[in-house]
Amino acid sequence: MKVLDIRKNGLRSIGRQLGEETTLTGCLGERYIGCALQEGILHVEGTPGNALASYLDGGTVLVDGNAQDAAADTMNAGLLAIKGSAGDALAYGMRGGRVYVLGDAGYRAGVHMKAYEDRKSILVIGGKAGSFLGEYLAGGIIIVLGLGHEGERITGYFCGNGMYAGTIYLRTDQTPLNLSDKLLKRDVDTREKESVLRPIITDFASAFSIPAEKCLEGSFIAIEADGSKSYSQLYAAV
Amino acid sequence: MRRYRIRKDESCISCMRCARECSFGAITEGEGRTLVFHHGKCTDCQRCVSFCPTGAIYVTEDGNHFRSNSVFMEDDIREIMLQAETGGVLLSSMGAERGNVPIYFDRMLLNASQVTNPSIDPLREPMETAVFLGRRPEGIERDSDGRIADNLPPHLELSTPIMFSAMSYGAISLNVHRALAEAAAQLGTYWNTGEGGLHESLYPFKANTIVQVASGRFGVHGTYLNAASAIEIKIGQGAKPGIGGHLTGKKIIGDVSRTRMVPEGMDAISPAPHHDIYSIEDLAQLVMSLKEATGYMKPVIVKVAAVHNIAPIASGIARSGADIISIDGFRGGTGAAPKRLRDNVGIPIELAIAAVDQRLREERIRDRVSVIASGGIRNSADAVKAIALGADAVSIGTAALCALGCHICASCHTGRCAWGLATQDPALMERLDPEKGAARLVNLVNAWTREIKEIMGGMGINSIEALRGNRLALRGVDLNSKELEILGIRYAGE
Repeated sequence: MKVLDIRKNGLRSIGRQLGEETTLTGCLGERYIGCALQEGILHVEGTPGNALASYLDGGTVLVDGNAQDAAADTMNAGLLAIKGSAGDALAYGMRGGRVYVLGDAGYRAGVHMKAYEDRKSILVIGGKAGSFLGEYLAGGIIIVLGLGHEGERITGYFCGNGMYAGTIYLRTDQTPLNLSDKLLKRDVDTREKESVLRPIITDFASAFSIPAEKCLEGSFIAIEADGSKSYSQLYAAV
Repeated sequence: MRRYRIRKDESCISCMRCARECSFGAITEGEGRTLVFHHGKCTDCQRCVSFCPTGAIYVTEDGNHFRSNSVFMEDDIREIMLQAETGGVLLSSMGAERGNVPIYFDRMLLNASQVTNPSIDPLREPMETAVFLGRRPEGIERDSDGRIADNLPPHLELSTPIMFSAMSYGAISLNVHRALAEAAAQLGTYWNTGEGGLHESLYPFKANTIVQVASGRFGVHGTYLNAASAIEIKIGQGAKPGIGGHLTGKKIIGDVSRTRMVPEGMDAISPAPHHDIYSIEDLAQLVMSLKEATGYMKPVIVKVAAVHNIAPIASGIARSGADIISIDGFRGGTGAAPKRLRDNVGIPIELAIAAVDQRLREERIRDRVSVIASGGIRNSADAVKAIALGADAVSIGTAALCALGCHICASCHTGRCAWGLATQDPALMERLDPEKGAARLVNLVNAWTREIKEIMGGMGINSIEALRGNRLALRGVDLNSKELEILGIRYAGE
């Protein structure tokens, strides 16, 4: 494994393609680490700064500590796995790939995530998520597990506001606060849990070497757009 | 809601051409090769008139008018009735058209040389219309041997200060994109994809393409970003500042779906703000992350609508690391916008450009950014005046569409454009031949460029660089002292 020190080698040393697994050490808030990485595996040690793995395009970025704001912004493909927590605006406008956060996520996580053909964006948050989770969701899957927060609320206000496609799964039986009347909440049955959630959560658990069963314990609810209530404005053409 | 009346005279030969050309269902073929006119559906796009082989068709304003009232005009009453009937938000297209906001271009006059300084004949003397857009280096750097080091940030090089405004694939047809790309390549200027992504067949036009990143991030990925010479972050647009976009699922078909990377039939929503930009610092981060993703090889443009605080906003953008600010004025066009926003939100481009140029100069950061002006540039004189007020270049959208056949019937939002521009209907799209369209665009911009040279020559100015921000070249008429102050110009005769 190649080891790079961001202080000595600089951000530019990473490039877009990593031939071999690379560890980047000494991170202290440097922005744009793993930006547009196309292939290879990058281990990030320390604390990366904002816009980590933005436009990620197929590469894998593994973070030991916490991430800051705007991680995985406009991500297209690949995997970002964060052992700690993530800041605000996580995975904004993401179109494909997987973002796994073992800890919590801040405000505006998964806003306007999308899916297209074989690309399906998947965001899994192990802990709790802040307000505005999955606003404008246009596709893909968001899962919030609330590990260690059983019985508490695991999302904030305005969960899923304005979403028109995709699904938000929450490992709780509590309806999110002030859930929009244009969204539908339903309980997830065993079949859906096994077919949709198990494969994703197993993958999530293996990324952090934690037992998958613990993450699957208990009941899940799903939040989706109410197809009968469109967000589109009523127009009169002049 | 009959607004126009279609008539024909005795020279009609019943060839039915008009019925075939009408895409709005206003002229249909009745029994026994007769024409049926549905006046209420007519948009006055003039397609039938243009294609009638004998000149037999007339479209005129309907002669029946409401009783005139100096407060409640006919349009006001029509719109009230429509909304009373439907409960809908009024939807329109093209640019603001209420006549109560002055067009300042028409109240500014250009200077010319007489006696005390010689004018220049552009046919016989060199005249520079090339413009470089991007950040200027703050100082000269030298290497260890004392030679001047190349510290020039990436630039766009335009052979003429006229470029094509952002119009998205989805709002307009692929053939229009093709015509714009081809024309930009021939002219040595740039066209802009808008926010709907870039069709793969247009990747070869990289050297003349600007790609847009808007709040929906449609079709934005590494290949897309690298298929252009510059990247534009769209914050707002003059026709509808402050609101997002909504391309209905009906238009997300085939290649539009593939290019936007949105499933067929699903709505494409552009949120009103970028939810990852809530401050200048956040904007700076997006600017820099785009530069990171493209290896610092391309200038980044930030496009905003001209609004009340445009000068401090531009100052913030200039400090965000962006290389170019594109400002779209109140009269800027659109494929669809709520009419009340289109006609009431924002400020005219002339005032915005003057205010921004002044502010950036005062803060001594004018050279950090170039400024593109758009929003109702109708001719070369408008372009010259915008540059004299402080713009580096102008961009044209509506005027470019007019070159391709648009008659400004403002029905883009219906998707039934009879001229084959603002439509995804394959049969209508075919009405524009991209090659011929490109030739017309090239003619238009070349003609304007010739006129710009002539106007500059008359003033004794031989380069766009010397015209930029040269407000002494302008004098105002019919303007009050506050307007003169903001425009930074003197009254005619002063």
